[in-house]
Amino acid sequence: MSSVLYDSPGPKSRARSRLISVIGTIILIVGLLALIVVLGLPKTSANGAVQPGLWDISRWDVFNDLLVWRTLGFGALATLRMAAVAAVFALLIGVLFSFGRLSASAWIRVPTTVLLEFFRGMPVLLMMLFILLVFATGSFWAGVAALSVYNGAIIGEALRAGINALPRGQREAGLAIGLTPVATRFRIEFPQAFRQMLPIIIAQLVVLLKDTSLAFIVGYNELLRAGLNQLANFFGDQYKFSFFFIVLAIYLAMNLSLSWLARRIAKRTGPQAGSVTTDSAPPVDPHSGDPYAVDAQSRSHASQGG
Amino acid sequence: MDAVIDNLPLFLEGFRNTLGLLIIAGVGASVLGLIVAAMRISPISSFRVFATAYTELVRNTPLTLVLFFCAYLLPLLEYSPGYFQLAAIGLTVYTSPFVAEALRSGVNGVHVGQAEAARSVGLTFGQTLTFVVMPQAIRMVVPPLINVIIALTKNTSVAGAFFVFELFGAARRVTNDRGDAVIPILLAVAAFYLVVTIPLGLIAGRIEKKVAVLR
Repeated sequence: MSSVLYDSPGPKSRARSRLISVIGTIILIVGLLALIVVLGLPKTSANGAVQPGLWDISRWDVFNDLLVWRTLGFGALATLRMAAVAAVFALLIGVLFSFGRLSASAWIRVPTTVLLEFFRGMPVLLMMLFILLVFATGSFWAGVAALSVYNGAIIGEALRAGINALPRGQREAGLAIGLTPVATRFRIEFPQAFRQMLPIIIAQLVVLLKDTSLAFIVGYNELLRAGLNQLANFFGDQYKFSFFFIVLAIYLAMNLSLSWLARRIAKRTGPQAGSVTTDSAPPVDPHSGDPYAVDAQSRSHASQGG
Repeated sequence: MDAVIDNLPLFLEGFRNTLGLLIIAGVGASVLGLIVAAMRISPISSFRVFATAYTELVRNTPLTLVLFFCAYLLPLLEYSPGYFQLAAIGLTVYTSPFVAEALRSGVNGVHVGQAEAARSVGLTFGQTLTFVVMPQAIRMVVPPLINVIIALTKNTSVAGAFFVFELFGAARRVTNDRGDAVIPILLAVAAFYLVVTIPLGLIAGRIEKKVAVLR
């Protein structure tokens, strides 16, 4: 499908845009190649010592060592372990928060709102440091606790937005057939809201996975520390770039596959909004800290459309 | 409490650096994000591919890794203007795809019919964007953009782990000196962050409500 923003081009403008496209591609590729070549050149530092270029074999031979891969593997597993544990707790906390914020009693609603604003407005890193120093939990649980509370607050807001966006008839029907308010929420409203918000929740879990790297700063031995700190210190500075690229590749592989999953689920269950541009990835901003804001718009938009 | 009052100058210095990072990286990321967003919706396919690849790559890289690159590896490439500048560069690059996505989602949020109507009365691509789509999109873009800025405010704390003396760095130094008063110190630092983030959040919420009524 072509975009509605511009005409389907005629032969002239098609030729022109193909020309610009080709030139743009050439410029981009040449720029990239130039960067690669420049990085590959040997360098003379200020004291006259010559360092080999980044792609020199002497910077990469370390990957023949099985120990390197073992260390990276353990690091990646440690990252995944923290992310998995934190994700479970974040979901639980998110459910609690969403129910607290929607509670009929102001005695529950108001404190929950205050707590939620507090957690959402504070850097995760500061929370990790706080938990580490105050509760002396060790770096793993400090990271898990901070990540679950922070992401739980955001997932809670997403779930609340999802429940609010349901037609009122859902709740009324539940109450009318004699379910208690809590049962209505659990058995009628919550499953629908969860399904609706699943893309946002998974996007938030990608953020959580990325943020496990913050635990590096409070001393947890995860992928970043294993690759860039321990290995680079052990094998020396000349391997730092190589380790950086490998760690980056591992992170990208983990995050992109989770993002891809999120996008597939979004296509299946997400709100179908009409979109002006050609690619119809869901307008989800996983790091905005308040993803429902964007989604609530496309939702109201979708309901206008159909 | 005295631990907080005694070290207030340190906190204020940290707060100043946090705000500095926030402003520099915020402006930089807005400019970069605008360019990326424009490339992303442009008719030229190679720009679209590049912008998409850039967005996906940077968005899926942990901020810690980006700042690690800036703080440790750029100096190895003999580019070292100082840790504050390096952290500002890292935060700019990291935040720009989020700005781009917020802008794009705003454009996508405008109903297709608007663009179709503009096209059918004969407006060009540029006219459609400037007279019809953008005026509507900008309103919708403001709340998610503010949310990006809020996230950036919190993200500046990571720079504190890479030799920049901002609020998180101040918290680390002061808690090292005063291990007996950890809770008040950390609450004070949290309060500094909340002074920035909560008002921004409230503004975003209000604008969002206003926009919702308008539509």
